[in-house]
Amino acid sequence: MKPSGFVPFVHGDAVPRRKVPILEIAEFRKALLDAIQGGQRLVSWSGHEAGDGSVELLAVLADDVNGTLAAAVTRVRDGYPSVTPECPQAHWFEREIAEQWAIKPEGHPWLKPIRFHAPYRAGASMPGGEGSPLPGVTDYFHMEGDEVHEVAVGPVHAGVIEPGHFRFQCHGETVFHLEIELGYQHRGLERHLRGGPDRKTVHYLETAAGDTTIGHATAYAHLVEQLASVRVPSRAQVLRGVALELERLANHTGDLGALAGDVGYLPTASYCGRIRGDWLNLTAVLCGNRFGRGLVRPGGLGVTVDAAAIAEVQKRLDALEKDLTSAVELLWSTNSVMARFEETGCVSRQDAEMIGLVGPAARASGIARDIRNDFPSGIYRYAHIPVGAWHSGDVFARAFIRWTECQRSIAFIREQLSMLGEGAVQVACGLLAPDTLAVSLVEGWRGEICHVALTDPAGRFAHYKVVDPSFHNWFGLALSLRNQAISDFPLCNKSFNLSYCGHDL
Amino acid sequence: MWRELKARMRQRYRTYDYPRLEPVLPVTFKGMPVIDPSPVANAAELVEQCPTGAISADPGQHLRLDTGKCLFCGACERACGGQGVRFSKEYRLAARARDDLMIREGESRLADALHREAARLFGRSLKLRQVSAGGCNACEADVNVLNTLTFDLGRFGIQFVASPRHADGLLVTGPVTHNMELALRKTYDAVPSPKIVIAVGACAVSGGLYADHNACGAGVGRLLPVDLHVPGCPPHPWTILDGLLRFLGRIP
Repeated sequence: MKPSGFVPFVHGDAVPRRKVPILEIAEFRKALLDAIQGGQRLVSWSGHEAGDGSVELLAVLADDVNGTLAAAVTRVRDGYPSVTPECPQAHWFEREIAEQWAIKPEGHPWLKPIRFHAPYRAGASMPGGEGSPLPGVTDYFHMEGDEVHEVAVGPVHAGVIEPGHFRFQCHGETVFHLEIELGYQHRGLERHLRGGPDRKTVHYLETAAGDTTIGHATAYAHLVEQLASVRVPSRAQVLRGVALELERLANHTGDLGALAGDVGYLPTASYCGRIRGDWLNLTAVLCGNRFGRGLVRPGGLGVTVDAAAIAEVQKRLDALEKDLTSAVELLWSTNSVMARFEETGCVSRQDAEMIGLVGPAARASGIARDIRNDFPSGIYRYAHIPVGAWHSGDVFARAFIRWTECQRSIAFIREQLSMLGEGAVQVACGLLAPDTLAVSLVEGWRGEICHVALTDPAGRFAHYKVVDPSFHNWFGLALSLRNQAISDFPLCNKSFNLSYCGHDL
Repeated sequence: MWRELKARMRQRYRTYDYPRLEPVLPVTFKGMPVIDPSPVANAAELVEQCPTGAISADPGQHLRLDTGKCLFCGACERACGGQGVRFSKEYRLAARARDDLMIREGESRLADALHREAARLFGRSLKLRQVSAGGCNACEADVNVLNTLTFDLGRFGIQFVASPRHADGLLVTGPVTHNMELALRKTYDAVPSPKIVIAVGACAVSGGLYADHNACGAGVGRLLPVDLHVPGCPPHPWTILDGLLRFLGRIP
């Protein structure tokens, strides 16, 4: 028997709810902390109504080394002893639960809202707050002293970008601390997934973070397919993988261009801006939409992709690879760029582990963590993409990791399309298994996307939780700014390029 | 230096000669819907399929489609096999008035130009402040892409500026979350008059998928007077650019 009270299971296998242990809070806490101590990670932790006035907290852990997941629930009424002091990666989850369910994690070091909405439990209010909170109106870390000053930015920023509020504590040019307040993009998405799947569900997930349409749609589709016990035709699995890598290429290319723009290096900035659009156009060749809307559907694909479209993608891929290589390689050989990239915005491996970074940001801090390798599903079970990691944890590392991933993605797409089989791309998904837990993980371009669902006795969603990689990584951006010049903020921000709406949901 | 020149040679000149040349769109692109003039037998089923309630039928089973709500997902087209409604490749979708987005039996109205005074003020130089008010970053991305070399928005005298005080108007995306309402109002107030408002995407035009959720409203129109509506989820960059140029009287 495993030391933890969590029930282990394999990614892709739905678990009947009766097999998920309901632990006492003390037991739950101990099992969770032991697992984290043993190197597992918290991939999702969320609350839902238990029915008797208490709230059921469902935690899902990932063991990257063994490729297994584990789940357990506990029931709480008003509060419980916080795990954050011993397990910092839980800090944002506990704030989310406190805000949504008015449950106080006693001893949480920095308990405040993350999205600024009224709690889901009627009549309750966020611990320490009352009624509907105003966005951004809250306590902030504050410093005092000679020449210490505070800089507040947002929610409306200078560029074409989503809203968020950033509060810097500065001494001269040096940032001692950055605090990030989000919630401006909160659309109430998750609450509308309950009772689904219905005609709106897939569209909600395609727009959870619009730049990650394929990633979130794939996570949703994979989750439904587990619950409906269907096997997706291999042609559809391959094309989903191709679309996911195209999404990665488009966004990584855009980020590399934006990083170049932020250090005033215009050649790469302008080339990559254009090439990013060329990648989006490849996705549009597959399905008609640049972001892949309508491409991924439970059971396979929502469109049939003909041979002409595949040939077109293959043809453009070669030219695009050359264009991208020529644009990106300029960065690494230009001293003025490297001088700004290197040793800027460092996040140590230790900090990255502690706060549970995911995606390219984690890999740039030396952690070879990638769902495509650790918890593969679909085509990634058969076609392995090597995981790259870099050790320096700075802006350069986050840029360079993106470039290596671009190269791997191009090779993957080329290989997959060259041996793409014929056949159906869609099977019907019947009713979903009742009273079942399903967890779906996908390596989106920003990192780990986690969807968790519980079905009710009728096979409808009783609970649906979306964890965008940004949920884990926003705090990483805050850490990267410590002891940096405030003028490096745009560069550090771009090196993470996190989602506001994916966080706010 | 030589490396930069070599790269410059490789990357060539890529700005598309729009509006002189028509954009090339993929064969599967979904643009302006075309409504069949004859009544549709399974109209109720089509209405049922639509995720945003964009499609409706009158008592005579004649369909209407509100492109301001439409996600262009094609669920209705599939349900009727293209017999009642189909999506054409027409990318020009923008309209001045909200009502002009309601498509009946094959008719549609494209955006007409601003009145002369406004065209005189903004026609050759339009500075916009973009505000995302709950947008999913797809509309934002395809607005941003207009600044790239392919579209080169600057050659039309249109530019996104950092401060609302430097702007002639707002370009808003997203359904307007409650948490962005105040910021959107304040940004609008900070723009000097006369000013314009452009709503880009289904969310900004009507609330789209998120209309009247408990955390958001139903588009920009509830808060601010909208001068130009650009439908789509998200609108194609050519759709946005066409709308802007048409609005400024730059294309007939």
